[in-house]
Amino acid sequence: MTENRIQPIVQAVQLTKQVPNGAAYLTILQDVSFTVLPREAVAILGASGSGKSTLLGLLAGLDTPSSGTVKLNGVDIFALDEDGRAALRAGMLGFVFQSFQLLPALTALENVMLPLELAGNPDARMQAEHILQHVGLGERLHHYPKHLSGGEQQRVAVARAFAGKPKLLLADEPTGNLDSATGAQIIELIFVLNLEQGTTLLMVTHDEALSRRCGRLLHLTAGVLSE
Amino acid sequence: MKVIALSLRMLRRDWRSGELRVLTAALVIAVASVTTVGFFTDRVQRALSDEANQLLGADLVLASDHPIQHDFEQEAKRRGLRVTRTLKFPSMVLHAETGQLTEIKAVAAGYPLRGELHTVPQSSAPTNATLPEPGSVWVDPRLASRLGFNVGDPIELGNSRFRISAVISEEPDYPIGFFSIAPRLLMNLSDVAATGLIQTGSRIAYQLLFAGEPEAIADFRAWGQTRLTLGERLEGIRDARPEIKAALERAQKYLGLAALMSVVLAAVAVALAAQRFVQRHLDGCAMMRCLGAGQNAILRLYFYHFLLLGMAASLLGCLIGLLAQEFLAHWLSVLAARQLPYPNPLPAIHGFACGLLLLLGFALPPLMRLGQVPTLRVLRRELGIPKAMGGVGYILGFAVIAAMLLWQANDLKLGMYVLGGLIVGAVLFACIALVLLKLLGRLRSGVGVAWRFGLASARRRSSGSVVQVVCLSAGMMALLLLTLVRSDLLQSWKSSLPPAAPNRFLVNIQQDQLQALHDFFADHGLDQPRIFPMVRGRLTAINGKTVTSADYPEQRAKRLIEREFNLSWAREMQDDNRIVAGRWWREQDTGKVMFSVEQGLAETLGIRLGATLTYDIAGVVLSGQVASLRKVDWDSFRVNFFVIAPPGVLENHPVSYITSFYLTADRWAVINDLVKAFPNILVIDVAAIISQVQKIMDKVVRAVEFVFMFSLLAGLMVLYAAIVAAQDERMLEAVMLRTLGASTGQIMRAQLSEFVAIGGLAGLLAATGASALGYVLASNVLNVAYVLNPWLWIIGSAGGVAVVILACLPQLRAALNRAPLQSLQSHG
Repeated sequence: MTENRIQPIVQAVQLTKQVPNGAAYLTILQDVSFTVLPREAVAILGASGSGKSTLLGLLAGLDTPSSGTVKLNGVDIFALDEDGRAALRAGMLGFVFQSFQLLPALTALENVMLPLELAGNPDARMQAEHILQHVGLGERLHHYPKHLSGGEQQRVAVARAFAGKPKLLLADEPTGNLDSATGAQIIELIFVLNLEQGTTLLMVTHDEALSRRCGRLLHLTAGVLSE
Repeated sequence: MKVIALSLRMLRRDWRSGELRVLTAALVIAVASVTTVGFFTDRVQRALSDEANQLLGADLVLASDHPIQHDFEQEAKRRGLRVTRTLKFPSMVLHAETGQLTEIKAVAAGYPLRGELHTVPQSSAPTNATLPEPGSVWVDPRLASRLGFNVGDPIELGNSRFRISAVISEEPDYPIGFFSIAPRLLMNLSDVAATGLIQTGSRIAYQLLFAGEPEAIADFRAWGQTRLTLGERLEGIRDARPEIKAALERAQKYLGLAALMSVVLAAVAVALAAQRFVQRHLDGCAMMRCLGAGQNAILRLYFYHFLLLGMAASLLGCLIGLLAQEFLAHWLSVLAARQLPYPNPLPAIHGFACGLLLLLGFALPPLMRLGQVPTLRVLRRELGIPKAMGGVGYILGFAVIAAMLLWQANDLKLGMYVLGGLIVGAVLFACIALVLLKLLGRLRSGVGVAWRFGLASARRRSSGSVVQVVCLSAGMMALLLLTLVRSDLLQSWKSSLPPAAPNRFLVNIQQDQLQALHDFFADHGLDQPRIFPMVRGRLTAINGKTVTSADYPEQRAKRLIEREFNLSWAREMQDDNRIVAGRWWREQDTGKVMFSVEQGLAETLGIRLGATLTYDIAGVVLSGQVASLRKVDWDSFRVNFFVIAPPGVLENHPVSYITSFYLTADRWAVINDLVKAFPNILVIDVAAIISQVQKIMDKVVRAVEFVFMFSLLAGLMVLYAAIVAAQDERMLEAVMLRTLGASTGQIMRAQLSEFVAIGGLAGLLAATGASALGYVLASNVLNVAYVLNPWLWIIGSAGGVAVVILACLPQLRAALNRAPLQSLQSHG
């Protein structure tokens, strides 16, 4: 009974994504529906090409579905325009990508400050410094991404993701570009911060060991979701 | 053939995908710029040389500053040549109380010996009467429009009245419209004496025209050459109108160098675009190599690919040049004066070759690297290509540009100066731009997120940003210099003139008119101006050694030696003169032959203090020492002389007088009274001359501005090429910002701030460069104080920002309109 009263943070409703393929259409996602509750840690597991990243992109509003919709915190994100979705992301989402996606022109500190400033946070610098120290990069604040190792770059990316205390963290193969030892450290960091901040975690991976650390497992096979 | 066909197919594909547009546009601009100037100057040049005998009005002309001996005419007639005489002199023409300084040409029967004279209203058919009947004159359309008269109206010239019987539509030896100053009037030679305009000291050009068989002309020329006296010269077809030819050659040289500015900038754009092309074709080439294509096959394929592209772009550039020069000729109204000959293909061939050389020099080096792409790249994308070729490869490009500059300058010294100036300027600008970009990058912690992002991006792409700033500022600097700085300089020069500086000069005053002129000034309530005596003499020897124009390489010195000097005498030195060497004469020096020489003239002719100068004054030889050198303030606009003698030396020689005075604008009618009372006196309206000179200058400047528009376009192409080169990166950044929650406005501001930084810096540098050049011109050429104009920086930077934003907006839109995930995946 109590579960019914808690509003899901993510609600995917019959999500379908098709892309033109010559004269026909190729279906990448087929009628995907699920909900994620606050503070849950969910792994979406699937083979390469199963549509994992497309699903994550749709959940974040980075792409538009062919049909169906996504509700974040009860808000239908595809009823919003591009700027509306961007504002929603700025307010509640954090991202960690496989390829780090740090902005090369900005220092580590500036990269972390960026989402805070975009959300209009007046204490951006202080908070960014604080979390960078927390992830062990207090000495590397003014280094540019090209001067950091892969693991350090991903730490900056994690710090950037958690800096704004997001309600929902989306992680796309966060250890895909790292060796196993460094990957393990990064995963540890993500789970620690997740616990500390009470964030909801939605992670896309093909690593079964990693997926087992999440409380809930969703399988994606050829665009069809099963739990 | 197979390779060419494949190259053509690839060219078509690349063109469709938009890969080659920047490169093509840069080539087209460079070729168009070079051919515009080439076509234009070639046509004007040929108007002079193709029809040189028409321009001369004869096959051979004997020109003299004194009446010509009869034996020339007799000998020519004896040899079966046709002969006629003309006289040319400046004078005031009066019509209905209005005066106009006019170049008068008096002609006799037979004129013109070559070419045709057309008049209106006899339509365009050659007129039967080849010269005006006695008592009538023909005028050119400019004189008719300035004085507002029609055929049949009376005019006054000296002591005589004439009727206008026709307006000249085409005339041999007419100055090309671009260069002429005073309007012209044609009269019958038999009417000249009655006008009373030919007096001692009048500046008259006497001409004897000859026409006949080429051999007879050549023989006669050889005969005449040995009999020429001082002040006489024989001009054939080849040396017709040397002053215009020299002016045109100079104009051609500078316009050509201005055109090369766009070639230099286009070279940068071509190099940048070719770099990106190579970058984007690495994968394709690796795959081709994987499938069995050899290095040479790939190189050949792309060589033809680019050669075909270069030929098409150069052809288009030539066509645009052809249209642009036609527009330029009309715009500068050169055609109003004379129909120019049709363009000849040579400038097009030159432009075409220039386009191909540019491509060869700047696209080939990066292209060569395509063949070296490692096959393993198909598996490991991070494998690039060896970069060693880069620097060395461009040596060919630099050599091409340097050779083109030297060839265009047609003067090793000037060419080296321009080349050196370009290199030093580019390095200096690049250093300043780099420092400023670094400084701006540091400032970013104090600004908002959008600005921080933009400044950081400009700094990160600093090599690209520097290239953009330098190239854009070069184009803008040229335009600022020709617009704002030019008008500032002119203003400074005008305001440096004293407010009541004499604005009318009276020349050719005779001894017996001095009292009457004194009375005239008194009757009209004008202050009595100081009147100076003037004796004309030719410098024949310095320190006993005969001097001729051949002794001097410098044009000014040659002219000074060929012409007669105006000598004067004075007891007291004028107060705008200052002795810089020697001393002014004392009372006891009266009657002693000695000279005071103007410093600049002394330097030009190599005259030192104490040197002995020998003058021929109407056949009488006069020798004396240089007693002093003087500095003269020419800007005072008062009468001044290069050479002055003490009283008692020149008085017995033929003398005329000269004076200058200030006349307020409301008293212009005084001049008409003066011309009526003293018809032989030549009134020179300085203000009118300045405005006429300015009109010519404006035309030249407009031509240069026109050419520099190509430079600005080429600068923009560089900017565009650099922006396109960083487009992928920029796109990804925009998408990342979007992913992190940035609004359209924030992304727009972040990207714009980078462009604002680049455009603003380019504008500031352009303004600084234009001011520095303005300062050099002011202090070294115009001798005025140059006041820095703060608007230059404001307009420069605002213009720079506006130009960059306009050029970048399409790219920005493209970045914003893309779905974020699409970009993230393609770069993942």
